[in-house]
Amino acid sequence: MPHDEEILVRAADLRKSYGEHEAVRGVDFEIRRGEAFGFLGANGAGKSTTMRMIGCVSQPTGGELEVFGRDPHTQGAEIRARLGVVPQDNTLDGMLTVFENLVVYAGYFGIKKKAAKAKAAELLEFVQLSSRAKDQVNELSGGMQRRLAIARSLINEPELVILDEPTTGLDPQARHLVWERLFQLKHRGVSILLTTHYMDEAEQLCDRLVVMDEGRIIASGSPRELIDTHVTKEVVELRFGTAHTTELAELALTLGGIGAQIEALPDKILVYTDDADDTNAALEARDINPTSVLARRATLEDVFLRLTGRALVEDEA
Amino acid sequence: MSVIAYGAARASLKASGALLNRNWVAMRRAWILIISGAVESLLFLFAFGFGVGSLVGDITLPDGTTVSYTAYVAPAILANAAMMGVLAETSINVFAKFKWMKVYDGILATPLRPWDVALGEVWWALIRGGTYIGAFVVVMGLFGLLDSWWALLAVPACVFIALAFAGIGLTLATIFRDWPDFDWMNAVVFAMFLFGGTFTPVEAYPGFAQPIVYIMPLYHGIELVRGLSLGQLGPMMLVHIAYLMALCVAGMWIAQKRLAKALYK
Repeated sequence: MPHDEEILVRAADLRKSYGEHEAVRGVDFEIRRGEAFGFLGANGAGKSTTMRMIGCVSQPTGGELEVFGRDPHTQGAEIRARLGVVPQDNTLDGMLTVFENLVVYAGYFGIKKKAAKAKAAELLEFVQLSSRAKDQVNELSGGMQRRLAIARSLINEPELVILDEPTTGLDPQARHLVWERLFQLKHRGVSILLTTHYMDEAEQLCDRLVVMDEGRIIASGSPRELIDTHVTKEVVELRFGTAHTTELAELALTLGGIGAQIEALPDKILVYTDDADDTNAALEARDINPTSVLARRATLEDVFLRLTGRALVEDEA
Repeated sequence: MSVIAYGAARASLKASGALLNRNWVAMRRAWILIISGAVESLLFLFAFGFGVGSLVGDITLPDGTTVSYTAYVAPAILANAAMMGVLAETSINVFAKFKWMKVYDGILATPLRPWDVALGEVWWALIRGGTYIGAFVVVMGLFGLLDSWWALLAVPACVFIALAFAGIGLTLATIFRDWPDFDWMNAVVFAMFLFGGTFTPVEAYPGFAQPIVYIMPLYHGIELVRGLSLGQLGPMMLVHIAYLMALCVAGMWIAQKRLAKALYK
């Protein structure tokens, strides 16, 4: 079958197991040229493993995978030459300065020194790190290191940039700086593949995404499509003072018939509804008095909750 | 060589050259480390060669010839210097880059393959070991310890030692789990230095110990360098070279396999 140039990555029943543990349990997806494609899921869902397989640094144990129409098993080096990778832990070279990190890395792609230096200066400008060019990498903040890793991933003018959890562990200001740079890339037409467990990140950056859970893809589509398909338009969040897990579960039972679906979380109850005003009226009619009521639009977070029964970000304070 | 094989070899040379460049950029601010290693070997030469040598005087070799003890020990210390230089570079430095600084994690996401990394590290170790050897041979010459023109061949002979221990060091770097493992390596290295034929001919050891000495890579290196610097050639030299080269190739092969297994998981 001739390879369609517009399809950058194609996976069919792709699997990866480590001994008994199945990290990826048969996933199918296609990533097209020019799009920003996201893998949304909680920690341990198999996102990073899938990224590593696409990046040709992990060998699939089953199914099919094609990157740029090539086989990662036999043509890994050729594929990696056309990819840009930002791993979760940056993997910057701690023995080199900021500028050297880019120039030396360019060397791995066979880029000549003069061209590498020009490109490195340009990329440092792009990620706003020009003033730190001579600093050692470990003198940079987490957000700066991530930006440097992004700059490094662009040194070979890749056809696809893979970012594994690009803003995990960054403070809000640093996150916005990273997002802003990724938007710039998107506008330049660079194809982006990212994993995240932040629904706002996925919602803002991704044209199309898949939701992963326990090694499987449980939903796919554009952020809007996912919300329209899986949840109601609005969500009403109810809090009842200090009431917690079991008390809230009991309270949730008394709400039967209100809204389309009720979800009890450890600290609040979510009522999915197409009309928040109706729901509020129904609550008042039943004489249920939460200490706080918040009506909002449904998000990808709600999609994930509906599909898995769990919150996306559970481990963060 | 076929066109394809030539192309692949050229690509690999270029790729490993990129790693060589990385090490050069990383190390050029730390030249003192390299110089301190060379000084250490020279101190050994002074201590054993001139200190002990002046007490021992001449010794008679198994074949009946007589040489000054300093001229006997110096090639062995040269061989030792060649070993130490590359072993430090490949084992400790590669271990630090591999397990501690995670340098290869980033590198293997590029077109470089584990084999290119192994090759690049061997190149680099050869360059570093070469600086020790060069400095050492110059000093030996200045002190009149080079008895014949054959001694100039001691330099390429040391390259074989460097290659063997680059392979061994790379393998150890990928096998070692933590720093205490290096104590074991140092113990073995020291045992080789003491008993690998540095100070006395192997024939002086009891019969049961001799096979153990023959296994030691350093012994073959010492015999090779000593034979050349004393102008005593023989067919056994080919055995020494073959043994050292086998260690180099096996070491690199195991190392790149283990790198791939650890980083391409």
